Amino acid sequence: MKTLVALLAGVAGLVVSLAHAQSGDASFEQVERGRYLAVLGDCAACHTTATGKPLAGGVVLKTPFGDLVGANITPDPDTGIGRWTLDDFQGAMSQGISRGGYHLYGAMPFTAYTKVTKEDNAALWAYLRTIEPVNNPVVPNQLPFPFNIRLSLVGWNFLNFTKGEFQPDPAKSVEWNRGAYIVQGLGHCGSCHTPKSLTGGDKNGQFLQGGTLDNWYAPDITADAHKGIGSWSSDDIVQYLKTGANRFDIASGPMAEMVEKSSQYWTDPDLKAVATYLLSVGGGGTSAPAPIAADDKGMAAGKAIYADRCAACHIGSGEGVPNLFPKLASAPLVNNDDATTLIRVVLAGGVAGATNAVPTAPAMPSYAWNLSDEDVANVLTYVRNSWGNSAPRVSPTDVATLRKQLQQ
Amino acid sequence: MATKLPATDVVVIGLGWAGSIIANELTDEGLDVVALERGPWRDTAADFNLASAPDELRYVQRQELMLRTAQNTITARNNPSQTALPMRSWGSFHPGNGTGGAGNHWAGITFRFQPSEFRLRSHLTERYGAAAIPQELVLQDWGTDWTEMEPFYDAFDKITGLSGKAGNLKGEIQQGGNPFEGPRSNEYPTRPLRQPYGPTLFAETARNMGYKPFPVPSALVSEPYTNSLGVTMGPCTFCGFCTNYGCANYSKASAITTILPVLVRKSNFTARTNSEVLRITRDASGKRATGVVFVDTSGQEWEQPAELVVVTAFTFENVRLMLLSGIGTPYDPRTNTGTTGRNYAYQTANGVQLFFDDKNFNPFIGGGAVGMGIDEFNNDNFDHSGLGFFGGGSIRVTPIGAAPINNRPVPPGTPSWGSEWKRQTVKNYLSNMSIGCEASSYTTRNNYLSLDPTYNDHLGRPLLRLTFDFPENDLKMAQYCTDKVGEIAKAMGPRQIVKSPSKGHWNTVPYQSSHVVGGFVMGADPKTSSVNKYLQSWDVPNVFVVGASAFPQNPGYNPTGTVGALSFKAANAIRTLYLKSPGALVQA
Repeated sequence: MKTLVALLAGVAGLVVSLAHAQSGDASFEQVERGRYLAVLGDCAACHTTATGKPLAGGVVLKTPFGDLVGANITPDPDTGIGRWTLDDFQGAMSQGISRGGYHLYGAMPFTAYTKVTKEDNAALWAYLRTIEPVNNPVVPNQLPFPFNIRLSLVGWNFLNFTKGEFQPDPAKSVEWNRGAYIVQGLGHCGSCHTPKSLTGGDKNGQFLQGGTLDNWYAPDITADAHKGIGSWSSDDIVQYLKTGANRFDIASGPMAEMVEKSSQYWTDPDLKAVATYLLSVGGGGTSAPAPIAADDKGMAAGKAIYADRCAACHIGSGEGVPNLFPKLASAPLVNNDDATTLIRVVLAGGVAGATNAVPTAPAMPSYAWNLSDEDVANVLTYVRNSWGNSAPRVSPTDVATLRKQLQQ
Repeated sequence: MATKLPATDVVVIGLGWAGSIIANELTDEGLDVVALERGPWRDTAADFNLASAPDELRYVQRQELMLRTAQNTITARNNPSQTALPMRSWGSFHPGNGTGGAGNHWAGITFRFQPSEFRLRSHLTERYGAAAIPQELVLQDWGTDWTEMEPFYDAFDKITGLSGKAGNLKGEIQQGGNPFEGPRSNEYPTRPLRQPYGPTLFAETARNMGYKPFPVPSALVSEPYTNSLGVTMGPCTFCGFCTNYGCANYSKASAITTILPVLVRKSNFTARTNSEVLRITRDASGKRATGVVFVDTSGQEWEQPAELVVVTAFTFENVRLMLLSGIGTPYDPRTNTGTTGRNYAYQTANGVQLFFDDKNFNPFIGGGAVGMGIDEFNNDNFDHSGLGFFGGGSIRVTPIGAAPINNRPVPPGTPSWGSEWKRQTVKNYLSNMSIGCEASSYTTRNNYLSLDPTYNDHLGRPLLRLTFDFPENDLKMAQYCTDKVGEIAKAMGPRQIVKSPSKGHWNTVPYQSSHVVGGFVMGADPKTSSVNKYLQSWDVPNVFVVGASAFPQNPGYNPTGTVGALSFKAANAIRTLYLKSPGALVQA
């Protein structure tokens, strides 16, 4: 153990001296603030692999246009950002332009990070200078032609990118503004939860109304009462982000990773601010559809499958078990138009996230091997139209398509 | 040659209930703990998928969760004059394997032993006189008592979320609970499970006969429960796949559903699975353990140095590891000297089967531990004066779920194949039930554990040799208690009853229970016990040996609740006493 400590101290000393040489003095307070901001922004999600060194890159992001890989953002001079300046970093965060002047792909959410203040960027930068430099060559751009041509991004930015730091709304509370700053900026919640245009940009007119990425549907998180989280209290939202679970739901998939790596470490005031802001964001305003009638043939078949396969955990009334099996009745994910995540978990199963506060990490089994496309469609149609839920029918074709994609 | 690993504070051998409890308590204390588990990693999410967990062929016939006898088995004989032979497949009992251990495939019946059991010899002597104790029995006190045990039973309740109804709360007898319970400091964490028809009918009849039926204490939770470590369990659905199976519903408490989710998150905990411990190493004095040597699946040997060695494997392996490591003196039944291997005991499994014409019990509805019981004929709850035996049994109806391969109950005399067998299966499947009586097992001088002189395991180490037969005392008790069960059965009004008390010699083939106990027992006297009341070895004070191996004899209850309590007791002693002053905690 002693050797390890000595070794780390040596490395840290090396890094600090390098940081001093390049970007001047970084105070403990500034580095510490930057460390928190890196957690707030969940930088690790794209820049730290499950087995890799922190922020050394290599996480593959599957986009509709092809694969992009999270860059090495450690201070390694050859493969990381060791030769960058604060200005280079500021340019990447606020303008999407990397050192050397080439454009970044929108998978790096600079469209959100542009809202981050200069002071916060400086703190983030100060922190990044202190971490262990790792020599890890990463080829970020693995897109096929023509998307591999970075020049195409000029047009993309024209369509999808509005530059500019966050401007507080003086008519709103300090807390609301803090929440908006986090959600719209470093927290980049819209990257998953806002629907995407044909070119992959955020449809900002439908901010946070639900988006699909990598065969997961990130549900509507506006205050919409039917599809969104309008029926959740501020405390429910805080609890979900802090522990990964609340009385309604338990995080799985990419959201579980986000809670595990990021939001469980947010400060209580930041969590409350985010809840306050989210509950103020209006939804699409469309009225809930009428539920499909219980005597519909698919509904009847779905009901029987639900009783056999689902009711043991999710309970006959769709109420679930808090912190263990998600509630299906009046659940935003269930009532959204897009059933991708629902189909996915039935076919592939899933494991919930675990935090120190909620360490159980329960799992949903895969039913791909013993439910047909039609069975899955029927049971989900039943779930989506029972116990107060109402949402469009799931078709066997949707299931078949996703089944195929998941096998790739 | 073993490769030496960096030293750790504690090495724990076996990650079932005992190992997981102790590892969790000691990591809470800030110690670095390395746990070595012979079998694979198991957890609900990966191993007990709801869509595949209820598979009778896989888990009952093919014994997926059990130790493979090719890896390690025991040899067995009835008495010292015979030559023991190896068990090639598990019958009488089922040693588990992998994280969770036998606590994965257990039923979940979780009794506390009674206060008098911890001082059995003293208790019987006081009540009946020393002369009344049959010559063949070697009965002993545990060196501890109820006030020392109760807080740790309570801790285990809160980990498992036990469902049930208190019978004795702080000395006040409670309506609807077991009045023979020792005083509890708290009610059960979750309410009793709802009762299927069989237990309900039994309880009604027993109540009418003046007995006091109570819901069997169960580690299957009846309602959503978040345990003392923050881990959540879901309500039991009575699917009927508990005994021999892992629970897919997060309802049956085991180390994997209640402790390991927390333990694996700790940076001062390391688990090494598929790692079999070969022996405990000691320094030149022999009085201090220095660590363990284990072997991985590649055959590579590793030495793990540690300040403290906690042995928490199954009963058999706890004892064998002590014999292989030379800790304690091997017991010799001829000279009645030595303690390692002494006081092995088992249990008698008795029962009465009832065939009705007009009832439907829906026997596929069940749980490993759902049912109603009475305790009037257990242990010393009834007057044994003049009966010629001691002990007794827990009488109960616990429908475990009637899966199709093994559940073809037909009346005696039915052909075992063909159209009549089929007709009787159809006629009786829904309308039969059983009343069980799991009864005590008292130790004798010739029932013991030792190393086998002939047979080795695949690593070249001697197998454990089990010498056991039912004492006359236990057989008399089994007959008496089964007759009492028969009286209740008759009052329930079936067409036919079939009584099956334990009879004759023990043999390895039919399953009875995995409640094998003793061999490294606890007590106050190092001449007749291997560990003190803190589960600390008398001979090597930085070795603690925890499990049912510590029971000096077996009362008429399932052992796991007491194994859990002893684990908390040992962990508490290490935390509050041993770490302050490493060394013998009790002066002999």
